[in-house]
Amino acid sequence: MDRLVELAPEFWKAAVETLYMTAFALIMAGLLGTLIGVGLYITRRGGLLQNRVVNGVLELLVNFFRPIPFVIFIAAISQPLSRAILGIGIGINAGAFGIGLAASFAIARIVEQHLVSVPPGIIEAARAMGAGPWRILFTVVIPESLGPLILGYTFVVVALIDMTAMAGLIGGGGLGAFAQIYGFRQFSPVVMWAAIILIVLFVHLVQLLGTRLARVVMRR
Amino acid sequence: MAIVSLHGVTKTYPGRGRDSAEVTAVDDVTLEIEQGDVFGIIGYSGAGKSTLVRLINALEPATAGRIVVDGVDITLLRERRLRAVRGGIGMVFQQFNLFSSRTVRANIAYPLKLAGWSKADIDQRVSELLRFVGLSDKARAYPEQLSGGQKQRVGIARALATRPAILLADEATSALDPQTTHEVLELLGRVNREQGVTIVVITHEMDVIQTIATKVAVMEGGRVIEQGDVFEVFSRPQNPASQRFVGTVIKGIPSPAERAALRARHDGRLVTFSFRDGDSSQAQVFLDLAKAGLDFELVYGGINDIRGRAFGHLTLAIRGADADVDAALRTIGVHADVTELADDADLANGEVR
Repeated sequence: MDRLVELAPEFWKAAVETLYMTAFALIMAGLLGTLIGVGLYITRRGGLLQNRVVNGVLELLVNFFRPIPFVIFIAAISQPLSRAILGIGIGINAGAFGIGLAASFAIARIVEQHLVSVPPGIIEAARAMGAGPWRILFTVVIPESLGPLILGYTFVVVALIDMTAMAGLIGGGGLGAFAQIYGFRQFSPVVMWAAIILIVLFVHLVQLLGTRLARVVMRR
Repeated sequence: MAIVSLHGVTKTYPGRGRDSAEVTAVDDVTLEIEQGDVFGIIGYSGAGKSTLVRLINALEPATAGRIVVDGVDITLLRERRLRAVRGGIGMVFQQFNLFSSRTVRANIAYPLKLAGWSKADIDQRVSELLRFVGLSDKARAYPEQLSGGQKQRVGIARALATRPAILLADEATSALDPQTTHEVLELLGRVNREQGVTIVVITHEMDVIQTIATKVAVMEGGRVIEQGDVFEVFSRPQNPASQRFVGTVIKGIPSPAERAALRARHDGRLVTFSFRDGDSSQAQVFLDLAKAGLDFELVYGGINDIRGRAFGHLTLAIRGADADVDAALRTIGVHADVTELADDADLANGEVR
């Protein structure tokens, strides 16, 4: 317990780092993943803007990167990419970047799945009224699937928090790294569990928020 | 002038998988729908009627043939122009297809927003439509809070929002119970009468055609096998498939099984007299039979009313000397359709209804 009090500044710093990485990754993956997911959806066979070539490229992209285990992904792909784009391959920003990139592919699939589940009849109704494909996407398909989409994003945020624990590998910091370094390796269960409990608390809050929001949107 | 006319329209889909033959959903269909008609298209599922109706508003492009809507051949138009055409044709669906994320009011407002109406005009038009379909108190409700009949009324209001000249109803009542079906058909009838909207009704239920349609086309295997005035088709269906459909709502000439049952219960010769408004008189038939001194009883059939015109088939069991019956039937045959039902032995020879 004394050790935890001693480490309090490190602990709170790690907590902030976790929040920062999660937020950074969520914004990045939210944008990039949604874009890819929407792209997959509209270009699919029978989609609003069917396009075999674009769809094939996107499918390949997602299927190539998504199965790579994150521990390897962060070392093999995101580190060099981060160095090229952000100018640095290690540290908290590189970690957040890696998480965001990896999560983009997961979000892409989640977005695609939820958009696909909008009943085709509703889309047909909008077409019958004379709506064009982009109009249908933004005023029908996305609003109709918003509730499930929010739950999907929530699911991803929880996965993001999980990923931040591994960002420690490239010096990303955060609660995961804190629990590893000061708790696990220094045989201090109290320190380790303090970090775990805070992570659980974060996850719980995010889930609560997501569920609430989805409930409001879906009215149930 | 016809508001919708189809000339030799065909729609084929590529077969699924390699080497599979292409599927012809609509096969060389020619028909004319006049302004103000309630045009029924009836057929079993898979007959191609849903595809046919989607050709009229170009949700599906035709493979061959000409489709002229309101004077414009839509098979020549590009997608962007087609959107404008679709905006001028309302459509209602079996599954209603309301936007679940929008209120009733917003559902009805959607096509108006598409058409670029001002907010004030939209508000006024939506209120007017809600009143017309009797759902003013449900404006703020979401679709899931409505009953099936209410949902379809919202669907109809939405389809009518932009004041289209044509309304396509694709199995609009097939998901509803009989009472609600009746209400929705009533509403469609009002739309036709009060607003002069031409309605195309797709259905597999002859009852719907009988209640609302003025013209009917019967579809089978992608083809229109019979079409015409509803009264004509109902009172004298020419094609076996049409006869089957008519038979679902009209007691016509008894089927072989029904004849066998009738014969088991009644003596004498079974004869069906067919009457149509204007061209024959029931009273005369009974008078002739009575004059001939024959004993008869009514064993099957009924009189039907279609758009205020009556027709029917009455099957009588007639008892008396064969020669007397023959003579009476000849007299009656001059002014009414007479069908003497064959004996059971003949029926066994593969007669198909």
